[in-house]
Amino acid sequence: MSSATISATKARNGNGSRKNGKNKGKGDFHYSPKTPWGHPIVYFFALILVAVCVLPVLYIIIGGFRSNSQITQSPSGFPNPWEIDNYISVLKAPTFWVEMMNSLIVAVFVMVGTVALGLMVSFVIARYRFKLSGAMYSLFSAGLMFPITVAITPLYLLLRNLGLVNSLPGLILPEIAFALPQTIIILVPFLKAIPDELEEAAALDGCSRLGFFWRMVIPLAMPGVATTGILAFVNSWNNYMLPLFLLNSESKFTLPLGVQMFSSQYAVDTARVLAFTSMSMIPALLFFSVFQKQIVGGLTGAIKG
Amino acid sequence: MEMSVSGSNEAVGGTVQSKASRPKKKIVPDKWRNGFEITVLSAPAIIIFLGFVILPVILAAYYGFFQWKGYGSPSVNGKFAGFQNYITILTDPTFQAAVGHNFFIVVMSLVVQGPLAILFALLMNQKMKGRALIRTLIFVPYVVSEVIVGTGWSLILQSNGALNDILRKIGLSGADWIADPKIAIWTLLVVISWKYLGFAVILMLAGMQSIPEELYEAARVDGASFWQMQWRITLPLLGPTIRLWAFLSIIGSLQLFDLVYIIWGQYVSSTAGTSTMATYMVLEGRGAGNYGYGSAVAVVLFVISLVVALIYQKFVLSRDLEGAITDEKTEKKRREKAAKAARKAR
Repeated sequence: MSSATISATKARNGNGSRKNGKNKGKGDFHYSPKTPWGHPIVYFFALILVAVCVLPVLYIIIGGFRSNSQITQSPSGFPNPWEIDNYISVLKAPTFWVEMMNSLIVAVFVMVGTVALGLMVSFVIARYRFKLSGAMYSLFSAGLMFPITVAITPLYLLLRNLGLVNSLPGLILPEIAFALPQTIIILVPFLKAIPDELEEAAALDGCSRLGFFWRMVIPLAMPGVATTGILAFVNSWNNYMLPLFLLNSESKFTLPLGVQMFSSQYAVDTARVLAFTSMSMIPALLFFSVFQKQIVGGLTGAIKG
Repeated sequence: MEMSVSGSNEAVGGTVQSKASRPKKKIVPDKWRNGFEITVLSAPAIIIFLGFVILPVILAAYYGFFQWKGYGSPSVNGKFAGFQNYITILTDPTFQAAVGHNFFIVVMSLVVQGPLAILFALLMNQKMKGRALIRTLIFVPYVVSEVIVGTGWSLILQSNGALNDILRKIGLSGADWIADPKIAIWTLLVVISWKYLGFAVILMLAGMQSIPEELYEAARVDGASFWQMQWRITLPLLGPTIRLWAFLSIIGSLQLFDLVYIIWGQYVSSTAGTSTMATYMVLEGRGAGNYGYGSAVAVVLFVISLVVALIYQKFVLSRDLEGAITDEKTEKKRREKAAKAARKAR
């Protein structure tokens, strides 16, 4: 097994060296060794970009700390004083937690299902030689052309005939199906990049192909797996159209539907809507900020422009 | 995605060749067992994909020929209508307007987001402290769901919202950003750009970071200026990434639904001039209970997307779709291209 381990570390290093170039700074603006911190103009424009991206989100979060009368009097002002009641009432509302749990259940199942099915079929496409492998790959990559918008009307009828309307499995199965194309497109290059010698060495040591898949491929493909898993989770967490068609009782609502329902029900209570909205984006934001390196790294690996 | 077929085949061909050229110990696979493994590993994904993605699209094509309320089966409980649904759709001025809005968004998204994304990616590619943090922050709008973006922006943009308040404070008069049909589509464009610019920047950044550093070093030695380097090295080598992003952006703009539906709602969107093919589909299909008609709209939407995608692939994407798959051949081509660009820069 020793030769296999060596190549394994090699493969890993190969992955790493791609990232090493990142911090060098390509074609630096007014490059000079005197300013190790970079040029002020760069910071200025970066700051503008960040402000534009973040301010509307901050508006939602900070707005949740104001009272309705504050908001009516000065829609663009700061909280004065800061009120925490809105957030507390959201946290006390059972609907919020029910919707949070529904979203969480769906997103976790979608993530696990997508990664498991995606890895299996990508392994077949990338490492088995058979006639239909090219056709299989193009079948799934054609799936990028079929976003849920096109399929939703008959999909709803199909799920109704299967008795899956207003149920969480009715969300999970189609969401996995629609997440598969991008998963496979990201994973196949990853699995192809694992050197053949590794598989041969494993075979010499008496490891079956499935054993190779389990012991070597999954650990080596971890960066790609993380990327696709996170994307599947976040996409599921944010999905709006399918729940809109499928769910009709509030006990089954996911957070996006909940937010919309809440904001139309309590249209006058703007402050509470803002608090509810900001509470509902926290999980996806947390999830993303913890794993953002994998997402960006995985995208880099998948594009390689 | 026909182009990708040839692309991936080439890739497979390439690896086979390189294998044959070097002697190696042959693993004799048990043919039976091989087939069994292929089936077991790929069947679940294929079944679920065919069942929930491909089958509905085929059903839509079938349902589209009926006037049908969605109960029972269309041939028994509905009325066969031939191409009547399609004639109605294509001659409906509301639908034509929606198509117009979609294509406006397609073009303007490319024009607005493309250059901005490249410039900001260039900026993010410079040496600076806290780059990882900045990168995370500009990705925030992309991670936040459409519902939250829609809810937040409609509160900011409503006539007594924060934006008008700020404008009045600095002595400008506000506007009715959401309901005024002269403004609404531009508002939509701004919200879309805000939501998806971060994704474009990250894509471009990823593309830039795979450009070999030596090219810039060489150009710098030869006295090339910063902008010369970007124009002669970065932009040409970023081509595949830009074309890939443009493809994703076009498809996304054609299928646009969530943001419009949340900010404008199904009825206001047509009076405010922000309706899209997808909102039309939901309103006239499920909203009105006409599942046959809604399916026909889905087919039209699909055909329009497909035609646009095929034209785009034929004329723009074809030469570098295989670039999405990492293989030695394209890698070599890329290096050659890079070397050429470097020579030009000198």
